[in-house]
Amino acid sequence: MNRVKRTLAPYLLVLPGGLWLLLFFVVPMVTMLSLSLQQGDIINGYRFTGHWQNYVDAITDYRAQMIRSLVYGLVTTVALVVMSFPIAYWIAFYGGKKKSTYLFLLLLPFFVSFVLRTISWRQILTDDGMLLHPLKEAGLLSPGFHVLGTSYAVIFGLIYNFLPFMVLPIYVALERIDPRVVEAARDLYAAPMTVFRKVIFPLALPGVFAGVLMTFVPASSDYVNSAVLGSSGTTMIGQVIQAQALANSNYPMASALSFFLMAVLLSGILVYAKALGTEDVMNAAAR
Amino acid sequence: MSTQTVFKSDAPATPATAPRRRFRFGGEQAMFAYTWLIIAWLVLPIILMIIFGFNNPHGRYNQTWQGFTLKWYREVFSIGDLTSALVLSLVIAVVSALLAGALGTGIGYALGRYQFRGAGGLNFIMFTTISSPELIMGISLLTLFVSSGVGLGAVTITIAHVMFSISFVSTVVRARVITLDRSIEEAAADLGASPWTTFWKVTFPIILPAVFSGVLLAFALSIDDFVVTNFTAGTATTFPLWIWGATRVGLPPQVNVMGTLIFAAGILIAVITNLRSRAKTKQA
Repeated sequence: MNRVKRTLAPYLLVLPGGLWLLLFFVVPMVTMLSLSLQQGDIINGYRFTGHWQNYVDAITDYRAQMIRSLVYGLVTTVALVVMSFPIAYWIAFYGGKKKSTYLFLLLLPFFVSFVLRTISWRQILTDDGMLLHPLKEAGLLSPGFHVLGTSYAVIFGLIYNFLPFMVLPIYVALERIDPRVVEAARDLYAAPMTVFRKVIFPLALPGVFAGVLMTFVPASSDYVNSAVLGSSGTTMIGQVIQAQALANSNYPMASALSFFLMAVLLSGILVYAKALGTEDVMNAAAR
Repeated sequence: MSTQTVFKSDAPATPATAPRRRFRFGGEQAMFAYTWLIIAWLVLPIILMIIFGFNNPHGRYNQTWQGFTLKWYREVFSIGDLTSALVLSLVIAVVSALLAGALGTGIGYALGRYQFRGAGGLNFIMFTTISSPELIMGISLLTLFVSSGVGLGAVTITIAHVMFSISFVSTVVRARVITLDRSIEEAAADLGASPWTTFWKVTFPIILPAVFSGVLLAFALSIDDFVVTNFTAGTATTFPLWIWGATRVGLPPQVNVMGTLIFAAGILIAVITNLRSRAKTKQA
């Protein structure tokens, strides 16, 4: 009796939550996949035609937005690695007793709604706002100079919103480095730069990898930053998908675009993992 | 106390206890200044949000400083739609955090404690929910709800929030269960406690802090969520959705005040839980 109970226990514990995930995560993905292969509209209903026309349309009509999103995502991610590494490094090795305080400060933005923070930046960067107006008055910038509506503004917003997601995983990886390994390298007369290149950076790679995963995917599929800080010239694929789903109720097209986006992002991640050498990453993580 | 230190010296030293100088890699001061610069940059829009909650704008746009007032704190609930959006956000956050807390604790406990068939698949699904773009989760739920004829509203938003919060809660709980000392439970069993009693009297109190932080995390994820909510809301309006809709006509200062209050409450809760857990580790 007791034995049966024991073997059943994990299944009973997992059942409600697992069912929830199945119903509202797995099933919707399947629905979306099937819908992406259907044709029709919301009034006359959809029929399953099983052909790829939606995908062909998605790729031909929105190639520019797709490429732009990937470029923005890539630039954002590279900038984030470069910007986050020194912060994570400093907190991990020089933070001393105040490590958790610094991490807390980096997480402060999360206590304010994502949308509100982005809108706040728009107020700061607007043409006659508190930043540009004084500079224009002082003659440092030409009156026609503007930041909002440009690619720079959108990428700026993406970097701002995703920075903590890059700092934290790199910090965790650096924090785990055994100081004796670094010591050994120094004892063997490695120059500071060599220690960094040959010891610290390789050991931090799993963190960088996790950080890239956590920022590249959401940054490339974001639509809030471009909508708030950009213009029609910075339209990202997320905005197209959102408009197709919510404004046009063109669910097959929105689904096809979503799957196409996911496929592109996944293959990007796989190429990146391959280039980095997943095994090396895993080995480094295991050590 | 002294025996404990002797014991601890056997464990591998962590970077925290190592002399700092060994890691010198040029420009310590530069990195220090840079870190603070980035923190200032991260906090800047929040500070402006707080300041402009005290602004007294003449027109519709709350963008230039025109004088100090506490008016918006007195009239914080004077915009009916905005207030009901905030209330809806809070209700959804509480309900979905509690639901995700219960469901996620079950999964986290099972994954941390038992080895069972399907655990790998479950781990994979959890990893996928955490790393999937919100946009894709939002669209897929929308297609499910629309094609099955479910009306969109507060219920569908809650369903969605529970869905994306479960994995976070179970990840936090699992981490705690794995490090659990099982001899304590065995002791309870040896003293004649039934498995049920052992769980509620011994195991649950130990994992409670993890459950609590999981619930807090779920609450925070829910109240801040925009993307998934955007697709599952229909005509219902939460706080972030209201802000999104009002952007074009200019945000009223009440939004700044509400943002400030949520920010302050969030920090207060974080600091209190941190202090309490510190006090507990000191006791132990």
